[in-house]
Amino acid sequence: MKARVHVMLKDGVLDPQGEAVRHALGTLGFEGVEGVRQGKVIELDLAESDAGKAKEAVTEMCEKLLANTVIESYSVELV
Amino acid sequence: MKAAVLVFPGSNCDRDLAVACRNAGMQVNMVWHKDSTLPEGTDLVAIPGGFSFGDYLRCGAIAARSPITRAVIEHANRGGFVLGICNGFQVLTETGLLPGALMRNAGIKFICKTLDLIVETSDSAFTAGYRKGQRIAIPVAHHDGNYTASDDLVARLRDEDRIAFTYAENPNGSTADIAGVLSENRRVLGMMPHPERMAEAAHGGTDGAAMFRSLADAMASA
Repeated sequence: MKARVHVMLKDGVLDPQGEAVRHALGTLGFEGVEGVRQGKVIELDLAESDAGKAKEAVTEMCEKLLANTVIESYSVELV
Repeated sequence: MKAAVLVFPGSNCDRDLAVACRNAGMQVNMVWHKDSTLPEGTDLVAIPGGFSFGDYLRCGAIAARSPITRAVIEHANRGGFVLGICNGFQVLTETGLLPGALMRNAGIKFICKTLDLIVETSDSAFTAGYRKGQRIAIPVAHHDGNYTASDDLVARLRDEDRIAFTYAENPNGSTADIAGVLSENRRVLGMMPHPERMAEAAHGGTDGAAMFRSLADAMASA
């Protein structure tokens, strides 16, 4: 089973990289981009075949390592 | 007076930090990240700057889950001294020993220059050698030094007098100009600037030396 984790900065946390990307898009002539947020995607190959257990394990991985929950939020998707 | 300087793959300020500790009279052990215990009698754990584990995932994230770091957390919980500089500060926020987080500099660029800091409290073993309000010149060299804290956290840090240093001119977008913070028991300090790089005349200044001297004094009297 594969899991895909999306990690994003929480709403309200300024994202300097996203802002730089937004600025660069404006420079290239793309108008109307009002905000850009940059995050990461982490894909995991899991031995677990039970979806419930897999989701629980990956959630714990997010809490302990994959996301810094002070500034980041995460979502887990099984694929 | 025993200091343990941690070494992770990618640490690059470990030797400078060891020299600064030794010059203040401490006995220094270099401790590899795979060790799971600190040398017997360690008073101070010093976590150096650099790019531990290549800054993979997040700065300091992997180092914060290393075997030695578990021993550092226990040392801190027993009331031991811990000093984290630059990447060491990032490691300390990742462990949760210090609150807040360090994000990419607001201006995106890596900043490498000597800046003026303002000493916000002299009430700690790290800052006892300075006067409150004193300006000291200390170099910074970081890409992710933008200290991020909620309004509530900043209010708490202020109430508890736990902001150790602020930048005279904010270089990186840090909340409330914060350059260094103390733990609740005032025995853990994390700071982005590098006092070990301004600790002897050959460095072009000695404003950082007082930190290592006052730490050594505190360790000697403990």
